[in-house]
Amino acid sequence: MTAFSAFFYRKPRLRLGFLLSAPLLWLGLAYLGALAALFVTAFWHTDTFTGQIAIEWSLDNFKTLFSDAVYRTITLRTVGIAALVTVIDAVIAFPMAFAMAKLASPRAQRILVIAVMTPLWASYLVKAYAWRSMLSGNGALSWLSPGYGVTATIVTLSYLWLPYMILPIYAGLDRLPDSLVDASGDLGAKSFRTFRSVILPLTFPAIVAGSIFTFSLSLGDYIAVKIVGGTSQMLGNVVYDNIGAANNLPFAATVATVPVVIMLVYLAAVRRTGALDNL
Amino acid sequence: MKNRKTRLAGILGASLLLAACGTSGTNSAAPPGAQGFTPPKLEALKALGQPEGQLNVLAWPGYAENGSNDPKVNWVTPFEQQTGCKVNVKPFGTSDEAVTLMKTGQYDVVSASGDASLRLVASGDAEPVNTALVPNYADVQPFLKDKSWNSVGGVSYGIPHGWGANLLTWRTDKVAPAPTSWSVMFDANSPYKGKVIAYDSPIYLADAALYLMAHQPDLGIKNPYSLDDKQFTAAVNLLKQQRPLVSEYWSDYLKESQALKNADAVVGTAWQVTVNLTKGEGAPLESAVPSEGATGWSDTWMVAAKSAHKTCAYKWLDYIISPKVNAQVAEYFGEAPANTKACAEMTDKTLCDTYHANDAGYASKIAYWTTPIPQCLDGRTDVKCKDYGEWTKAWTEIKG
Repeated sequence: MTAFSAFFYRKPRLRLGFLLSAPLLWLGLAYLGALAALFVTAFWHTDTFTGQIAIEWSLDNFKTLFSDAVYRTITLRTVGIAALVTVIDAVIAFPMAFAMAKLASPRAQRILVIAVMTPLWASYLVKAYAWRSMLSGNGALSWLSPGYGVTATIVTLSYLWLPYMILPIYAGLDRLPDSLVDASGDLGAKSFRTFRSVILPLTFPAIVAGSIFTFSLSLGDYIAVKIVGGTSQMLGNVVYDNIGAANNLPFAATVATVPVVIMLVYLAAVRRTGALDNL
Repeated sequence: MKNRKTRLAGILGASLLLAACGTSGTNSAAPPGAQGFTPPKLEALKALGQPEGQLNVLAWPGYAENGSNDPKVNWVTPFEQQTGCKVNVKPFGTSDEAVTLMKTGQYDVVSASGDASLRLVASGDAEPVNTALVPNYADVQPFLKDKSWNSVGGVSYGIPHGWGANLLTWRTDKVAPAPTSWSVMFDANSPYKGKVIAYDSPIYLADAALYLMAHQPDLGIKNPYSLDDKQFTAAVNLLKQQRPLVSEYWSDYLKESQALKNADAVVGTAWQVTVNLTKGEGAPLESAVPSEGATGWSDTWMVAAKSAHKTCAYKWLDYIISPKVNAQVAEYFGEAPANTKACAEMTDKTLCDTYHANDAGYASKIAYWTTPIPQCLDGRTDVKCKDYGEWTKAWTEIKG
């Protein structure tokens, strides 16, 4: 045993490789492997009569995806919903996180963090159906949305993903030293100026970190929109319908690459803000 | 290798087109086997042997209850005790899922709706059924036997189980006078704009086609499941025109029930079970088959060609349509039982009237779910019809 540890102590690179091999194997096989399989499937097609997948390479699925206006509309709607949900969550979450991090006593802070996380313990479906009855024509919050539709979907998703925005911003604000805020005040800055020039720039990466959660979760959602979305559909619904109803796995895979590409672009843009260090 | 064989069999079936003839209405007029394909040659079982001790059942939810959902609802355990066949139940959610699962060859029997049964026959996954080995078949409603969704070329491929219609339902306090036509759901000037609820599946295109059969006869639609280019475009356009009227599409019947109860929707297409459920909760609801007729389902128990437990499978077929069990299933699921003697076994004697179980005239007004395939189901050979893949694409486009 001693020889074993001594061996790895003398060879730090080997030690690192040894420790990383298991998680890397997991990442490579289970995660990247699945993504690669998805991407490969997108080039096949389904025999419509027998329902079998035919392994013949073609770009037809991608052609359909780009040439049919309906998929463009659905993609834009999905991205729009995800962006609005993110903005709404950021606007609501920031004051809440600020009050939690800077105004509450340490004891109250702990209670508030638990309170924010409590909704995450309840089932997604229960929450979505609760919103369905609240947004119904004679429901308590029917004034929020004109019937079921895109607005109702945005409201529901904003509620569902709010904790994922509050927690990173809270963590970011918690790390912000009070002395900086005091210094800004001592130098004569009013509260808005302090917010704009000191607090916001320092917590921006935290907000972006939260936005990665809300944006990606909304992008892939297809259940909330089925429950409160009325007639509208998102990218997830197209994937689901192609697997569940049409038995067309290759086209579902093609559509599923769209959110993957959108998220890659988003993450590349976000990397520049340093938000990935805040995750 | 197995898969390849199945595929070859399917292609063979597809390519050998029958020059099918005759007018085939959607209903009883269709001669059995006019589907435009020849199924792979398979033999039905000649005689029962010893029960094999096991049976794998692929069923719609509610068709093979073993007490795991509700301890009081259990007709699988008595079957196991009677026959010694241990039953494994796998429920499925859509017809397409059933077809995919049957291709694995792991299941012995399946309860297939019309939009799955033909595909299973054509691909050779289901084999003919020797009805002489199913004593209770004698009591099955005559208007359910030898139909285009359970028989091909006069050969029976399964045992009818139960059926129902996709009804037009409305709230009597909001919709007056009582509608007698689907036009309340399709007409662009419908007074119930924004309060219509429609079914969320590509198969709903057939409802539009059925409406066009009555309202645009010059399109020449004979069967709402076999649409050529022009007819298909007309149906798609009708649904696009309907979309602004629709408040929601439903695929979960509980969701629809809630929308009707809260009057978020006041008129829509529904199953009998949904109407009963919602009425039971106090909503003023009424339902009917409108003048144009209606689409519906008629389910069939089929035997897998690769099954290794065929005696158990036949025992199940006979058991599940025996009067008492057929009544239990029909009552639990909310549909008309296939067995004529089932009505006497129901705990609620009014149900058979509610579901029109003995009403052949009512049954003939229903256009039962069938899988659209490129070979026109109505017997035309000069045009290609739209297959289910194209129906699905169009459905995505309609919802936008």
